[in-house]
Amino acid sequence: MAVAEQAATTVERDLSSPTVVVDDLHVIYRVLGGGGATGSGSTALSRLVRRQRSPGVREVHAVRGVSLTSYRGEAIGLIGRNGSGKSTLLRAIAGLLPPASGRIFSEGQASLLGVHAALMNDLSGERNVYLGCLAMGMTPAEARDAYDDIVDFAGIGEFISFPMRTYSSGMSARLRFAIAAARSHNVLMIDEALATGDAEFRRKSEQRIKDLRDKSGTVFLVSHSLGVVTATCSRAIWLDKGLIRMDGPADEVVAAYSAETS
Amino acid sequence: MDSVAPVSPVVPDEGRDAAPTPPDGESAADFAIRHGLQPVATRPPLRPYISQLWGRRSFIVSFASSRNIATFAHARLGQIWQLLTPLLNAAVYYLLFGLLLQANRGVENYEAFLIIGVFVFTYTQRSVHSGTVAISGNLNMIRALHFPRATLPLAFTLIELQQLMVSVMVMLAIVLVTGEPVTWAWLLLLPILLLQTMFNTGASLAMARVGARYPDIRQLLPFMLRAWLYVSGVFYSVDQFADRTPRLVQVALEANPGGVYLELVRGALLRELSVPGQVWAYAVGWAVVVLLAGFWYFYRAEETYGRG
Repeated sequence: MAVAEQAATTVERDLSSPTVVVDDLHVIYRVLGGGGATGSGSTALSRLVRRQRSPGVREVHAVRGVSLTSYRGEAIGLIGRNGSGKSTLLRAIAGLLPPASGRIFSEGQASLLGVHAALMNDLSGERNVYLGCLAMGMTPAEARDAYDDIVDFAGIGEFISFPMRTYSSGMSARLRFAIAAARSHNVLMIDEALATGDAEFRRKSEQRIKDLRDKSGTVFLVSHSLGVVTATCSRAIWLDKGLIRMDGPADEVVAAYSAETS
Repeated sequence: MDSVAPVSPVVPDEGRDAAPTPPDGESAADFAIRHGLQPVATRPPLRPYISQLWGRRSFIVSFASSRNIATFAHARLGQIWQLLTPLLNAAVYYLLFGLLLQANRGVENYEAFLIIGVFVFTYTQRSVHSGTVAISGNLNMIRALHFPRATLPLAFTLIELQQLMVSVMVMLAIVLVTGEPVTWAWLLLLPILLLQTMFNTGASLAMARVGARYPDIRQLLPFMLRAWLYVSGVFYSVDQFADRTPRLVQVALEANPGGVYLELVRGALLRELSVPGQVWAYAVGWAVVVLLAGFWYFYRAEETYGRG
């Protein structure tokens, strides 16, 4: 069936070794506040006592029944409108958002290139490099070994000893990407990491993604830049309102997507 | 790219049919397990969990000291505030309770008595508070990085422990200045604070799960903590009114974990006070029970943190 046809068009994929299997995944997350009146303090208290869900809590059914299988050697681009569930799907595959139903299997730990969440803007770049490496699970010795490469790759020069809050947005994006890409992963997920930075850094980071893909097995990439998807990905998945609209070779899916959205 | 979009053979009506399904019609789960894939987002068994946590010890330490530095990064005096904050706190309480309310009835060295109470209780109070927001206040980190979630409450308790170290220096200096001699009993400070740290860690872990599930607890907490402060004998000796209360309340006041640790520290540092033996039993009991129960309670919900 479809598997055979697809395999013919994407040559790098190794069908004998899947890296991620997602089976009918639903993800629901709760959002607090942000809308509607929640009533007075006393009604809120009675809700608390009766253990009712507050009306201020809304549930977002972000991924509603997605199944997919990825294989070693694939780079998969996730495309779709804002709010179509791309980032949520990535976070669920990485095991960071618990699924409401459905199951996810992966080879080793799928990791999200999201080290920036552990960094602190008030601290110097140096300290953040170290902290970020530890946050990704490196040992102190590994972090010291990786330090020079990271600073080199980020290319921010003497600013490394300044607090990160003094960095331009391009500079902190470079440093974050450099820290996150310092570790090799079995399954790597990148969420809009390449949106910032100048042309030279973009070229460098695309090369780094290709390297990571060769080393690691599978790369998932969320991007609104269709050019980046066709340049770096072999396969693309088009998500629409939490469902897979189309799944296939990157250029075909991107073509269909841009035909509909333009 | 502007050519006619090719109709892919796999354009589905239903999302679940979209992916290349595993061959031979076997179930996705069997297919995955046959290829050695692991289920994602499951809670590891207890032992591996503890060893993962141990593997994160450098991160915990690094996170805690980075947080401590970042807290005062915008202040001109920087880290000196770590010293000034407890001192100013003590000064306010002394003004209020020592000078205005004259709560020092029956206590000879009231300055030292008060300082010890404030600093030791603050350690527990702040650990509970920062534990409550450890998960709910760091959701972006939980949704971006992998680590045993207990790392966060532990790191926040460590931040408070580092703050306590500074406070203890101030506390000992004040105790000396008020004329107390240095005795061997001062060494008891180490086991007492160790026990208190165990208690605080467990309380922080338990509150982290509560705070992650019920964010509103954050608003209630200041009132609960203040009530706890007033019944813990920080400003006055609880014995003063203990004999006027029913037996059950007396026991509750004596066993109150907010009070036992500061009472032990006072007993170790101040000549005039001696601590009955059962207070040690309470201190050990609370430390062991709360640490184990808190850790277990937190661990049981490990895979759900992140849902928000």
